[in-house]
Amino acid sequence: MALVVGGALVVVLIVVAALAQWIAPYPYDQMHIRDRFLPPSLHYLAGTDEYGRDVFSRLLFGSQLSLALGMTATLISMGIGVPLGLLAGYRRGATDEVIMRTLDVMMAFPPIMLVLLILAVTPPSLMKTAIAIGVLAVAPIARVTRSVTLDLMSGEFIEAARARGERLRYLLVRELLPNVWPVLMVEASLRVVFAVLLGAVLSFLGFGVQPPAADWGLMISNGRAFVDTAPWISLAPGIAMSITVIGISLVGDGLREVLDPKLGSRR
Amino acid sequence: MIGYVVQRLVSVVVIIVAMSILVFLATHALPSNAAALILGQYSTPEMQAALEHKLGFDQPLPLQYWHWASHMLQGDMGQSFEMERPVAPILWDALGRSAILALSAMAVVSTLGLALGVIAAVWRGRWPDHAASIATYFGVSLPEFYWGLVLILTFASTFHLLPSTGYAGLSDGVGAFLSHLVLPVATLTLTLLAHVARLTRSSMVEALESMYVKVARARGLPERLVIVRHALRNALIPSITVLAQDFGFLIGGIVAVETVFAYPGLGRMLVGALERQDLPLMQAAILVLTGVYCLANLTADLLYGVVNPRIRYGGSIG
Repeated sequence: MALVVGGALVVVLIVVAALAQWIAPYPYDQMHIRDRFLPPSLHYLAGTDEYGRDVFSRLLFGSQLSLALGMTATLISMGIGVPLGLLAGYRRGATDEVIMRTLDVMMAFPPIMLVLLILAVTPPSLMKTAIAIGVLAVAPIARVTRSVTLDLMSGEFIEAARARGERLRYLLVRELLPNVWPVLMVEASLRVVFAVLLGAVLSFLGFGVQPPAADWGLMISNGRAFVDTAPWISLAPGIAMSITVIGISLVGDGLREVLDPKLGSRR
Repeated sequence: MIGYVVQRLVSVVVIIVAMSILVFLATHALPSNAAALILGQYSTPEMQAALEHKLGFDQPLPLQYWHWASHMLQGDMGQSFEMERPVAPILWDALGRSAILALSAMAVVSTLGLALGVIAAVWRGRWPDHAASIATYFGVSLPEFYWGLVLILTFASTFHLLPSTGYAGLSDGVGAFLSHLVLPVATLTLTLLAHVARLTRSSMVEALESMYVKVARARGLPERLVIVRHALRNALIPSITVLAQDFGFLIGGIVAVETVFAYPGLGRMLVGALERQDLPLMQAAILVLTGVYCLANLTADLLYGVVNPRIRYGGSIG
């Protein structure tokens, strides 16, 4: 159930993001000076903002930024975290110690401080935000990968592969990775949500994506000044963001239920 | 146990030192020229060079770090570029106001989160459970600053029940003090509640289905006593740990919430310092927040040992 509803939401979202150029009624930065602060109507589905830009069109374009940020950040953290976790779990011993203690140190820093520091001292860009958030999530991804790998190590298929004299690379990528993958998908969905939310906070604080981009966090932040008179400017992107986040979380929860039958029975 | 505490304290110190080096290097990579910033736009290059010399900015980096760090250790955090006042008193005031906010939020989150979790577990599968789970889903689906805006819109702009932004000290009256806290605390609660409530629910469900609860029921104890004395006591252990971990998360959340509500705490001060590139204020704020974060994590770990006697720290067994 959760998987179906969440999956449908995510598919709709991806389609909207992919087709934003064609389905949006207006370009995201087109101003209609005479139509400023118009409430939602048939003409402007979600109203207009302080420059007379169509909020609905900006929402559609904003989905591209949010998805791009969430996915890039997650790909970065998985790209670094998964190999580290596999290696630590497979090799154990000194390799494990070195990798995991380094990650412990990374996790001991207050996360938002590091990101703020990086983004404040260098010119902001979407890519930089994605990298910063991605690096932040390396440690949790590596931990999950490692603990699943440790569980798998007692499996006979590992012993068989070793007996055949397979190389390390083959063992990690062909034997272990496919078995770790399902659990990683759950973790990845969590991480995408985390990245979308943190990205929104950063743009809200002014350290993320810069105007006039149609970023949801930025739109909420800009609409803040007019929240008394034109609340739709801020409220609409929030609704879009919550649909995104709930969709992805439902997919994660659904996957977890499928993977862990015990969880289903306990409900 | 003592050995473990000492070891953890050492690691806290190491992390703070590492963070201080990072902050120091990062702020030196800033594009802005500190001397030009202090002297204003009408300063000549000669004046800037003289001030740089006076501030020691022309010395080698390790020496500068040493000066900065040793002053920091003595509680001298330098002068704020922007406000032209010593950083330390401003910073401690802001930290105090942030602490009020954070601790009130923690108090509300823990009572409400535990209550919701227990209610959902006792009536699991029925409407209170579903209502709680849907409510918590929505709570975490949006960043805290958005909830802040929604609350301002509802309670301040539309119904004029509460002040939308700002802070009032106790000297302005208890009513004013509390009314300025309600919305920011409610915002932080909304985003943190789900975590605690969900965890309490699942550990309560587990406890309620356990043997000792069945035995307690079989002995004919009233259901209320079974829930509070037997099930809840055991279910509390993971909840307490999660609460302590959430405190670290709260420090991040507070930056955004203080900005939304124009609450004069350390988070808003940090954002302002980053925007205006006020180096001394920025460095001190980041270091203090890092210290608080590390101590919160340490407390969480130690608390886990206190509430859960099955866990023993250090190498010794038994």
